[in-house]
Amino acid sequence: MKILVCLKQVPAKDAPIKVAAGEMWIREDVTYEVNEPDAYALEEALRQKEAHGGEVVALTVGPARAAQVLREALAKGADRAVHVEGEAAAQLDCFATAEAIARAIPGEHFDLIFTGLQSDDYGFAQVGVVLAELLGLPHATIIMHLEPTATGIRVKRELEGGYFQNVDLPTPAVLTIQSGISKLRYATLMGIKAAKSKPLTRHSLEEMGVTPRLNRQTITRLYVPARSKKTEMLTGTAKEVAAQLVEHLKNDARVL
Amino acid sequence: MAQPILVVIEHGARGINPASWEVITAGQALGEALGLPVEAVVLEGVEADTVCSQVATRQLAGVRHAVHSGLVPYTPETQVQALVQVITAAAPVYVLFPHTYQARDYVPQLATRMARGLISDATGFRVESGRVVLTRQMFQGKLAADVVFAGETPHFVSFQIGAFRGDKAVLTTAPAPIEKVSVAPSPPLLQPGEPFQEAKQAVDLSKADLIVSVGRGIKEPKNLDLVRELAQVLGAELAASRPICDSGWLPMDRQIGSSGQTVSPKLYLAVGISGAIQHLVGMKGARTIVAINKDPEAPIFEVADYGVVGNLFEVVPALIEEIKKRKG
Repeated sequence: MKILVCLKQVPAKDAPIKVAAGEMWIREDVTYEVNEPDAYALEEALRQKEAHGGEVVALTVGPARAAQVLREALAKGADRAVHVEGEAAAQLDCFATAEAIARAIPGEHFDLIFTGLQSDDYGFAQVGVVLAELLGLPHATIIMHLEPTATGIRVKRELEGGYFQNVDLPTPAVLTIQSGISKLRYATLMGIKAAKSKPLTRHSLEEMGVTPRLNRQTITRLYVPARSKKTEMLTGTAKEVAAQLVEHLKNDARVL
Repeated sequence: MAQPILVVIEHGARGINPASWEVITAGQALGEALGLPVEAVVLEGVEADTVCSQVATRQLAGVRHAVHSGLVPYTPETQVQALVQVITAAAPVYVLFPHTYQARDYVPQLATRMARGLISDATGFRVESGRVVLTRQMFQGKLAADVVFAGETPHFVSFQIGAFRGDKAVLTTAPAPIEKVSVAPSPPLLQPGEPFQEAKQAVDLSKADLIVSVGRGIKEPKNLDLVRELAQVLGAELAASRPICDSGWLPMDRQIGSSGQTVSPKLYLAVGISGAIQHLVGMKGARTIVAINKDPEAPIFEVADYGVVGNLFEVVPALIEEIKKRKG
């Protein structure tokens, strides 16, 4: 099976996020990492290749620094990588991002295209489904299990409230992968070495005609949210904090 | 006839998704702000006539019931085709949805098919100089964004679960007119099975008065004994955020959040939980929320009544001791 995995580089989970001057984006002096649901999407693709053979291609739409997620993907076992590169990448909305991916892959015939369920920065949960529509392919979302069948694939979708659902669909198809589908592997030293000689193709966003002018929505302001709740922060030693908290639980919350 | 605001109702074998009432509240507020009529759309499904009658008790200009046997069971393909037909006929300015798993499955496709954009997981809106500005959380709730549409109507919006109150939807004594609308989706490529639950749901956390919930801050499964003891001295049930259950450290029926259980206990004590949006939607209705986390920027503190920025491995033992003293 030939599988395309779309990965996004996002600020690290515990990175302190600060609004940049101009209030339209964040300060970029943070550490970055691969978006967690996308890491699970890559893991699933690698497992499918190990079980059934084929090829895994890692792709990202991002500025120069995003090549990091591709190198990591190659080190973990992806065969090739594609970098759709441009400094404006962070300003593209989900439609423009999906459009960039669609324009980067004509001529390639993937059996499956994976994205993570959503990104930890914007959290729209749209790119995979928009991409399926742009490519005219069937799709399924929030996938927790995947196996090939005689007529295509069977996937297990996660529903709310602890429910699941199996769905049969033909390939080629687009799937958005849920975190926790499996356990993530680490890249080995051998993998990191091998990655250096694997093909990494670059496309330019500008040359493809993808700019923020394709966006269907615009962020007009980014800001620290006003606190709607009055949180009482308890300070002191562990013992002091414990005593204060128990006071509140007993007298204010009345749960003790 | 003014262009309406459409609210798409989500319903299934387990009845009307309660988030649908929340979106009616949102739609009514938006309709009032813009001076536009609000209509509901119900796609064919289990007991759809009953669903339409219930929806019609809310103050709406009408309910459009899209009828076709091919709409059952739900697939994104048939849902999208049917809604394209309904939306093309209604010519709305806004089409509103609850940001449920099902909405994530098909609304981006619907918007793209109609060459429009979708602002998903919005937490609210305001009208400024005649323009609608939606608010969204970004970076897992650490920041907020004002977002506006670029391009033509209709505009698609999905609202975060709990962003509006379903019980604040305005009722009417004169039920809204229900109109049956014929749609013609083609047979889908997807063949969905019946929804099922995996493990036996041994514990119903929605019935618990007191909950101690643990997240990634606990670091290793062997440390769970610490929170188990805290739960025990409090007389609370033990719950967890998604990553703990994914790793198999606690069973899936302990999970709180959009994929697990939604709870509103008297006390929710979050230990080492950062407060990702998918977790918060499952517990922000709790009466008293206490959060212990070493990261002062953790979004959990946005919803907490009492917060402790500290090392849980010091705070929790101290808390256990103090509770024992007070109780015993």
